Amino acid sequence: MTTYYSEEHEWITVEGDIATIGITQHAADQLGEIVFVEQREAGDEFEKGDEIGVIESVKAASEIYAPVDGEVVEANGALEDTPGALNENPEGDAWIYKVKLADASQLEDLMDLDGYKALIG
Amino acid sequence: MTDTPKRTPLYDLHVELGGKMVDFAGWEMPVQYPMGIMGEHKHCREKAALFDVSHMGQVILKGDNIGEKLEAICPQAYATLKEGKARYGFFTNEDGGIMDDLIVSNAGDHFFVVVNASMRHQDIPHMAANLDGVEVTEIFDRALVAVQGPKAEDVVGELCPAARDLTFMETTVADINGVSCRISRLGYTGEDGYEISIPEADAEAVARAFLAHDDCEPAGLGARDSLRLEAGLCLYGNDIDQSTSPIEASLAWAIQKRRKEEGGFPGAERIQRELAEGAAKKLVGIKPEGRAPARQHVEIQCAEGNTIGEITSGSFGPTVGGPVAMGYVAKGHGEVGEKVNLIIRGKAQPAEIVSLPFVQQNYKR
Repeated sequence: MTTYYSEEHEWITVEGDIATIGITQHAADQLGEIVFVEQREAGDEFEKGDEIGVIESVKAASEIYAPVDGEVVEANGALEDTPGALNENPEGDAWIYKVKLADASQLEDLMDLDGYKALIG
Repeated sequence: MTDTPKRTPLYDLHVELGGKMVDFAGWEMPVQYPMGIMGEHKHCREKAALFDVSHMGQVILKGDNIGEKLEAICPQAYATLKEGKARYGFFTNEDGGIMDDLIVSNAGDHFFVVVNASMRHQDIPHMAANLDGVEVTEIFDRALVAVQGPKAEDVVGELCPAARDLTFMETTVADINGVSCRISRLGYTGEDGYEISIPEADAEAVARAFLAHDDCEPAGLGARDSLRLEAGLCLYGNDIDQSTSPIEASLAWAIQKRRKEEGGFPGAERIQRELAEGAAKKLVGIKPEGRAPARQHVEIQCAEGNTIGEITSGSFGPTVGGPVAMGYVAKGHGEVGEKVNLIIRGKAQPAEIVSLPFVQQNYKR
């Protein structure tokens, strides 16, 4: 399964027309210890670049920006009680959304792992 | 502020310890180490943490009747501050606002003053201009290190037995590692502990000696901020500034009885009036009910939906295990137990006015 990466430090994997979105380990490390995640609800539609949530660390609040157009199918409810999971396993269990893609061709604008590694140096 | 940030004598040690360096008030300071803000915070509450606070301004005052002269620019009773004692205070302006908060120590043949890093450029000329016949000297060749936490006495006392004999807000000079240091039993975390002024050439060796103790770990500005917030202590620039009076800031406890009655300090008219009649707003503790931290500038609404104030400090309190905040609410509000709403990203989040501090202060009286 291909993983795509955005410049806002999100990763996306796709199965059929459902994509799973999360933040990268690099982003989680930069944010510091995460204490709260504000998520959109299932059914909410959004466009690429929209703010679709907020991650609060002990240091500060950071917005999550949509890397593609779509609709929330499921928000990871486990993050409500255990936001710290985003520090532990942000590229696994601690995914943030499952979304229905509006336009799969937008994935082509995203980076692959090598591109992302180059971005974060 | 646009100048290249300055480095403290402990800069190399911070980098070696993995400190994440940030620009703070013109200084390159560690915001955290690999342990992380939460771990460092808890370590301080449970054992001991070492903080570099060398960015703060250290000032020596020499001359006659320094305490009396300080009373002309501070509402504290510094004339009666005994030798070997330290006292929290602030400079007030003619409008009764707080110009900066500080710690003044009577060191016998001189007074020792510590002011905020961000305000030292204002405070030094302010003292020089208003303390007639007093020599005001800012010290640039000494580090300032805080060792805070229930094990601080063990950490510092092992190297400096004299430190064990101090009680809260007492200060002395003693040798650590053969180096003469000023040791004061105080801090800004709500815990027992010390602030130690060390000649810069020896600062790293002394800091390493403290860190060699099993119970002492380095902590950065991030933990320092969450610790002081849980302890209900004001941060200058956030919770108090030129416009807020000490009465609004719930700092009436820091103005001694004689000064409250006699006045004779800048802004006394407003401060005495607010003492008698109450202030237009007051600083209170606020406990958000959910998990979302309420940050600085978040609007506070009363149960009826009217705006009554705003958050001035807010974060996640690691010891509390949830969000904690302080903010100003208008006169008529702020009773402990009052339910309010915090407008976080457009949504009302329930919260309650609580008494400060959020965690019990743990000073050695």
